[in-house]
Amino acid sequence: MTTAAPAIELAAPARGRGASVLPVAVLLLFVILAIGAPLFAPADPARQSLLARLRPPGTSVAGSTHWLGTDELGRDLLSRVLYGARVSLLVALLSVCVSGGLGTILGMLAGFRRGVSEIVIMRGVDMMLSIPPILLAIITVAVLGPGLPNLVLVLGLTRWPRYTRVAYGQTLAVATLPFITASRLGGARSARLLFRHVLPNILASLVVVATLEFGLMVLFEAGLSFLGLGIQPPTPSWGAIMAVGRNYIASAWWIATLPGLCLFLLVLAVNLLGDQLRDRLDPRSVVP
Amino acid sequence: MARFLLSRAVQAVVSILGVSTIVFVVMHLSGDPTLLLVPEGASREDVALLRRQLGFDRPLAVQYADYLASLARLDLGTSLVQRVSVASILASRLPYTLLLAAGALTVALGIGLPVGVIAGVWRGTLVEKLLMPVVLVGQSMPTFWSGILLILLCAVTLDVLPASGADSWSSLVMPSIALGALSMATFARVTRTGVVEELGKDYVRAGRAKGVATASIVLRHVLRNASIPVITIAALEVANLLAGAVIVETVFAWPGLGQLAVQSIAGRDFLIVQALVLLASFTCVALNLLADLLYSVVDPRITRLAGAR
Repeated sequence: MTTAAPAIELAAPARGRGASVLPVAVLLLFVILAIGAPLFAPADPARQSLLARLRPPGTSVAGSTHWLGTDELGRDLLSRVLYGARVSLLVALLSVCVSGGLGTILGMLAGFRRGVSEIVIMRGVDMMLSIPPILLAIITVAVLGPGLPNLVLVLGLTRWPRYTRVAYGQTLAVATLPFITASRLGGARSARLLFRHVLPNILASLVVVATLEFGLMVLFEAGLSFLGLGIQPPTPSWGAIMAVGRNYIASAWWIATLPGLCLFLLVLAVNLLGDQLRDRLDPRSVVP
Repeated sequence: MARFLLSRAVQAVVSILGVSTIVFVVMHLSGDPTLLLVPEGASREDVALLRRQLGFDRPLAVQYADYLASLARLDLGTSLVQRVSVASILASRLPYTLLLAAGALTVALGIGLPVGVIAGVWRGTLVEKLLMPVVLVGQSMPTFWSGILLILLCAVTLDVLPASGADSWSSLVMPSIALGALSMATFARVTRTGVVEELGKDYVRAGRAKGVATASIVLRHVLRNASIPVITIAALEVANLLAGAVIVETVFAWPGLGQLAVQSIAGRDFLIVQALVLLASFTCVALNLLADLLYSVVDPRITRLAGAR
């Protein structure tokens, strides 16, 4: 038997700003464009054409129109941006899963077992949080090497403390409720208690954290790729495209600005969604 | 008070020890840190020689103790690439990053605080509805995008500011704005929340009932109380600014610590990278400690509460 969340009313009216479907719509649009990139992309994102280098948005070369122009190697920018959305969303999704899973389990353990596990885990959280996250990610990537799997691993391994802190606080509150004691007396094992009873009751707060972290992960992937430490060329990534575009800013403004616009819109949508969720679910423990 | 100070200081020392340990673990994640320090294509004999010279062939526990001991002596090692002490390399870049951080903080506080106070005092009015979206946009702007847009606007189109480098004071303007925008949003939000919360309290109603002018209530009473969360955030934001400098300095070719970090990774100069991460983390711990102390100055209740525990 799973226990339903007692304190959280999902249908409660949002406080403050009115809820809007716009963020969800934008997010959904990016997901659809990313999944359907092979369908929507007008050209192969890796196909170079030295005769069509640095063409501005809207120019047609040999019968095909480059809606967002071309980059320094004559590749179609729209196609690269679409495929870049895949990388962005995939890295963010995977790293949120890794760090969220790890962080939640550690947080529940700390809040449920107390004692030594609590001290070790929560002190670890404090220490991890005192290293500036982008620097921790940079040094770890630098040690492990760049590339998609390592990027996910790095973000997963460095971003768990937020979840742990929230999961810990919420578990402390839930663990004292009578139904937990009841099922413990009924002979339920710890793992069952944690995953069947505690987890469903703390999930709402964690979803809020995960949403806000998702936006951060999109930014981190782009930032690390911008610095040359993330996704490696020729795989298109918004950050990497922008790094190249930075060098052509005076002659070809579109290369850096347009992927940046996508990045901005995606992050804005995710942040708005996170704020709305927070207003809805109102978990008091979510403090940055 | 003394007890409060002592417990916070002990916490800070524990944090520093923990951070150093995490960095040590990360450096050893690849299995053999020697490989991180040699140029690509070094012969196997050279690697083995260097491993012995640097002591990476010793047991991990010995290496760890040695690492902590040299940190305690503030010895950051010597760059194998540049053959200069890491500390002197950092020292040559530090002023630029401090300058940038100061510029960014000026932008962030100079805009963020007034915006937050105005949005809080005129809550629910058109003013707030116009200001808060700007804040949200500032918060979601990736610094490397806003930086590029600034270059496009001020350097390419208007040609009033230099696009990169650090040749004159005008070079500082764009990096400061790009870096400060993010913190500006945070300051505005926190200040607004603080002001809104304080305005709902009884002492404000009492003041109003007595006929004290709103401006006087806000400036003399509300701001003092609302400044507590702002102070912690300010400490955290300075740490964020130092980290954000990595990207902003790369965009604007600003020769500070952030650019040094990226250059050192490309040049496989890992002792510098390690030193930079340690430096940034220690600064972060120190700023948190400072925030705690400032807290107790602004709000003496906190010390008493902590002392009572």
